[in-house]
Amino acid sequence: MAFFQMKKMILAWTFRTPVTTKYPFQPRKICPGSRGRLDIKITDCIFCTLCAKRCPTQALEVDRENKKWHIDRLRCISCGYCVEVCPKKCLSLTGDHGIPTVTKDVETF
Amino acid sequence: MGNRTIIPFGPQHPVLPEPIHIDLVVEDEKVVEAVPSIGFIHRGLEKLTEKKDFIEYVYVAERICGICSFIHGQTYCQGIEEIMKIEIPSRAKYLRTIWGELSRIHSHLLWLGLMADAFGFESLFMHSWRVREEVLNLIEATTGGRVIFGSCKVGGTRRDIPPEQMTWLLAELTKIEKEMRLIVDIFLNDNSVKHRLCGVGVISKDDAIALGAVGPTLRASGVADDMRLLKYAAFGELNFQPIVRNEGDSYGRCAVRCEELFQSVDLIRQAAAKMPAGEIAVKVTGNPDGEFFSRVEQPRGEVVYYIKGNGTKNLTRFRARTPTFANVPPLVKMLAGCELADVPVLVLTIDPCISCTER
Repeated sequence: MAFFQMKKMILAWTFRTPVTTKYPFQPRKICPGSRGRLDIKITDCIFCTLCAKRCPTQALEVDRENKKWHIDRLRCISCGYCVEVCPKKCLSLTGDHGIPTVTKDVETF
Repeated sequence: MGNRTIIPFGPQHPVLPEPIHIDLVVEDEKVVEAVPSIGFIHRGLEKLTEKKDFIEYVYVAERICGICSFIHGQTYCQGIEEIMKIEIPSRAKYLRTIWGELSRIHSHLLWLGLMADAFGFESLFMHSWRVREEVLNLIEATTGGRVIFGSCKVGGTRRDIPPEQMTWLLAELTKIEKEMRLIVDIFLNDNSVKHRLCGVGVISKDDAIALGAVGPTLRASGVADDMRLLKYAAFGELNFQPIVRNEGDSYGRCAVRCEELFQSVDLIRQAAAKMPAGEIAVKVTGNPDGEFFSRVEQPRGEVVYYIKGNGTKNLTRFRARTPTFANVPPLVKMLAGCELADVPVLVLTIDPCISCTER
């Protein structure tokens, strides 16, 4: 029977710095390969609508006539299915998650 | 005999991470009967198969539960692959095993933290979650997501773990294992923790089987039942024996989960050593036509998926029976006769995941 088994851990952690960071003053370390915000290189896009057809949350809309690509950021779940199916490989997921928004705007490229 | 009073427990209660309501019939400080009711967060995910095609539904299956998200996706994919007679590459099977075990480690660490919180050991709760954060970093580096892995798909996996990343992952796991040993030592040997867990909520072997308990709740009562023995994914090629304890009380259930942490680390090491090179996915053509029961071991116990397709891209029927649903009858049995102050601890010992249960 051991009493106060945690004393070793408490002693060790008394002399260490906290593991938490002072966010937002110290920015979060972005892990390489993390699935974050969807980015498009619009100059390479051929407006084939494949991404919009496959998107499981219907966050993407492609206007073939006017050559416009729309994304509803709040619907996108960063699953990466559109990145997989894009024939020109102009879509990519960046590590960051973008800035917070207060309106449900659709972003157009 | 004292007066009978009914005390409502939940759906909003400090100890509950998710909403479940239990009517506790108490006599003085003793609970004589518990009446559970669920249905606060039903989302209709089974019905959603009519709208989403069978490939898109993987994303929905992963979101049935936040903590066992990967294993939900894996269960669904295994079921579809079985119906469509798809043989996935061996490397994908090993990758699924590794991610499944990583998710088991993070789920058990989360549970240990919540348990410490339930019996009022706040600093132990913080330390458990600090270690869990390290595991989440490994998951983010290998799959791209911290909680929703999104790396499982019908026909294999979306991502690969390159050899150099695997070496890094194993080195990090060794560090995490050392940290976990310190935490587990407190859970299993500290006098004040034992005082709250030993002899509380005893379920006998016969009761556990009769009431349909699954996972650590069943294994803590002395039944060696684990779905990983079905040899799905790469478990057939790994050395695996389920962890069994005979106490049947809260301490036994805590001990099973603590030991499973190290077993999972061992399974990841074995899988990394045996992982063959090659493709990670095969191309999927056609639609599922047929039905299948897919059974996989989640951190909380056995999950059963019933999948039925009729040759179109939408499934005709999809049903998920999650481990918490099976563990509610044993919980009701445990609660009858316990002290009122032990109720939060007992509710947590089955590792309740109500979002799973209500789908």
